[in-house]
Amino acid sequence: MSLTTTPGEFPTADPDAKGARPADGAPMQQSFWTDGGQTVWSWLGTVDHKRIAILYAISITAFFFLGGAAAALIRIHLFTPHGLLFSRDTYNKLFTLHGVIMVWFFLVPSIPSTLGNFLLPLMIGARDMAFPKINLLSWYVFVGGALLTVIALLAGGVDTGWTFYPPFSTIYSNSAVTLAAVGVFVVGFSSILTGINFIATIHLLRAPGMKWFRLPLFVWAMYATSMVMILATPVLSTSLLLIIAERLFGMPIFDARIGGDPLLFQHLFWFYSHPAVYIMILPAMGVISEIVTVAARRKVFGYAFMVYAMIAIAVVGFMVWGHHMFVSGMSPYAALVFSFLSFVVAVPSAIKVFNWTATLYRGQITFAAPMMYALGFLGLFTIGGLTGLMLASVPIDVHVTDTYFVVAHFHYIMVGASVSAFFGGLHYWWPKITGRLYPEGWARFAAILMFFGFNFTFFPQFIMGYLGMPRRYAEYPAEFQLYHVMSSTGAMVLAVAYLLPLFYFAYSLRFGEVAPANPWNATGLEWTVPSPPPKHNFDQIPHVENDPYEYHAQGHAPEHGKSIHRGQGDGPVRTPPT
Amino acid sequence: MRGGLPIFPVEADARSVVTDHLFFGLLGLSVAIILLVVSLVVVFSVRYRRGSSAKRGELPEIVSKEFEIGWTVATFFLFLFVFWWVSSSQLSGFKAPANALEIHVVAKQWMWKTQHPSGVREINALHAPTGVPVRLVMTSQDVIHSFYVPAFRMKQDVLPGRYTETWFKANRPGTYPLYCAEYCGTDHSQMLGEVVVMRPADYGRWTAVQPQPNDLAGQGGVLYRSLGCGSCHDAAGPNHNAPSLGGLYGQQVMLSDGRRALVDETFLHQAIVQPDRNAVAGYPATMPSYAKAIDEEGLNALIAYLKSLPAHAGGRS
Ligand code: HEC
Ligand SMILES: [Cu+2]
Ligand SMILES: [Cu+2]
Repeated sequence: MSLTTTPGEFPTADPDAKGARPADGAPMQQSFWTDGGQTVWSWLGTVDHKRIAILYAISITAFFFLGGAAAALIRIHLFTPHGLLFSRDTYNKLFTLHGVIMVWFFLVPSIPSTLGNFLLPLMIGARDMAFPKINLLSWYVFVGGALLTVIALLAGGVDTGWTFYPPFSTIYSNSAVTLAAVGVFVVGFSSILTGINFIATIHLLRAPGMKWFRLPLFVWAMYATSMVMILATPVLSTSLLLIIAERLFGMPIFDARIGGDPLLFQHLFWFYSHPAVYIMILPAMGVISEIVTVAARRKVFGYAFMVYAMIAIAVVGFMVWGHHMFVSGMSPYAALVFSFLSFVVAVPSAIKVFNWTATLYRGQITFAAPMMYALGFLGLFTIGGLTGLMLASVPIDVHVTDTYFVVAHFHYIMVGASVSAFFGGLHYWWPKITGRLYPEGWARFAAILMFFGFNFTFFPQFIMGYLGMPRRYAEYPAEFQLYHVMSSTGAMVLAVAYLLPLFYFAYSLRFGEVAPANPWNATGLEWTVPSPPPKHNFDQIPHVENDPYEYHAQGHAPEHGKSIHRGQGDGPVRTPPT
Repeated sequence: MRGGLPIFPVEADARSVVTDHLFFGLLGLSVAIILLVVSLVVVFSVRYRRGSSAKRGELPEIVSKEFEIGWTVATFFLFLFVFWWVSSSQLSGFKAPANALEIHVVAKQWMWKTQHPSGVREINALHAPTGVPVRLVMTSQDVIHSFYVPAFRMKQDVLPGRYTETWFKANRPGTYPLYCAEYCGTDHSQMLGEVVVMRPADYGRWTAVQPQPNDLAGQGGVLYRSLGCGSCHDAAGPNHNAPSLGGLYGQQVMLSDGRRALVDETFLHQAIVQPDRNAVAGYPATMPSYAKAIDEEGLNALIAYLKSLPAHAGGRS
């Protein structure tokens, strides 16, 4: 496999769609990359949603590799029962750093603030967000808060775990908890601002004819995510403020010795952090819906159900936080209620898996890299979801909560599913964003490597979790070593898989083949503008006349051998921008 | 168990068998669902790959709607059934049987202390007989810990300022690892211990050879006198102006702010270390806090003593 650029191999019965077309030449001119100016300030002061998306992309990539480096060190340390590299304190600080960075500075913002920011206005036919300046502000707030926390994590170190449980975090920890909490508190405002902006944009700026039920599922995903963001994040902010108040001023909130209640924090924290799981997975579901439809060249199966499922997940997701606290001493009756609701919230997720699968039925399926990621997502998300049902069952949860079983479960959802979807989306929209094609062979190779590396890393953790290996152990009993060695070896493979795209994307930026406006021959307004899009997206605001994913007018895929031309039933039937 | 590749944890308690059954049930279901999804995806991917000669007719709108509603409802009822099956099997296990042996556990960074009713104390170890339900009444001296014995499939967080409970009934003699499962700071991974399960006769013999000054309630009685509780609480005390403590455990009391409270271990604990938190109605708030004078193990003994006091010893006024 050589590092050559081949055009995307999605659907495309349209030969024109492959490779460079003269009309698209020199894409780096006359696009948002150059139009707003080339100075540093033209970027740092930009209010163009596309440039802001790039700013976010750069920042979260840095955080991803920082958090990833911590994970790699953790896994190397755990090759032997007594730990290879660090003291226990250092180990504790490392897993805290990994968790805090990955959750708040990578996973929560990942898809919404990069792909979401870039695509939302394009997908609904708008020229920018509803509040472009607030959009920029939320990036500054994000970077400011994140830097505070990262300073705390790197300079002094924080040893509480990303969950900040008191009274350990408020009274017993001697580490830089306050500064870290302040940073996360600040970053929360960025989430809230982004959420408000997305919701306002979707409500106000849809192009004429873009009815609610014509929105691409990615837009619906952003909408549901934003709702969760603005409703849940304030609760996180509150609980962090309370931590700071108790830590700095000794206010009696969580300290049982002076009348406080440590469980109060856990309720507040999980009231945010369970919905936060959906902040991380709903956008991924949106991305997968886009990729699967274009790869199968079919209308998504059960569009309306897909929308209702996302809304149901967002709503019911607020009522299940107690499943994190089955062994905390909650009443067994409360545990039953939370257990029941956790089963209920799994239904819409299952429906989505069935619908994606059914979308493939009678398709014209191709397997470009984005589809490889989407198929990986499907498998890993299903495993993550089903082990979630086990954890929703109280007796099983009592045994495996706070063990590696839980670690494996949430990595299947948050890394296996969310991060796969993020990579899938990045490849899918890469030509649109950069105007260049990525090297397809390398991209597929990375996707496959990521899938196997991931399973290699995390599957053994299910087994060792059921055997009783507790999480957050700097050292462990020798009987678990074989599983740890497997997991750590897998992690090395995974690390390589995550580094690969960094190189071939960088390569593609310079040497990649020039991308046409619609390399995948996909529907969706974002594909009707040049790649990369001009600064103002649309010369003329489009008029939408079709439902999304109209890959073929009659709802069936074309028979073999027929040649299909755009505008004749295949491909987007939208008024092209002129 | 050490070395090699263990693939399944020992079952040393009747409930661990139940938990494993549930687990395998769900595992079977999961494998079936995964196989279903994966085989559909594979079959569709091969059959409907681009350019294949498979037939691709229209998909009537009705079919897709019926399918959709069908599998939504099916999934819902399947999950409902699983929930019912899982939950009904554990309803009986909520509360320890009344005849359970009561053992106190005190967690602190980074060790476990256990106190038997006989007065025997252990560190990072717990000896227990087979066939006898054992109720663990646990509290922490500092941060949150979690008492985890994989062989019993049993885990319970241990919190400061309150008592949490769990129980087990071991059925297989042996030595089983005890872990702290809630992250608690530097040596969290060293907060280990073992549960030694013995036949009742062996347990009796073991208890007999332990140095035991006094049983737990007896140790509490010593503390009661040395701390001078009686000066206010005993009818004969010099400062007698406080409620009698005989037969208090398990009763409802009126508090000065109008609430009613059940006197359980947590109530007694708070009455001694935070007396103003649940002040009893009808008495002056003169009771001092003993938070500094007594540690959690002492409190366990003192509470055991209070629980042992008969109602007529002084009588409730
Ligand atoms: C200075 C007198 C005084 C001393 C010494 C004292 N107490 Fe008290 N105690 C009181 C008073 C007065 C109350 C009732 C008001 C209240 O609840 O604060 C009380 C309440 C209680 C209660 C709650 C009783 C109920 O009816 O609910 C308990 C339990 C208790 N004390 C235990 C103890 C123990 C154990 C000690 C010794 C370690 C002790 N007290 C020492 C004065 C005292
Ligand atoms: Cu949750
Ligand atoms: Cu611990």
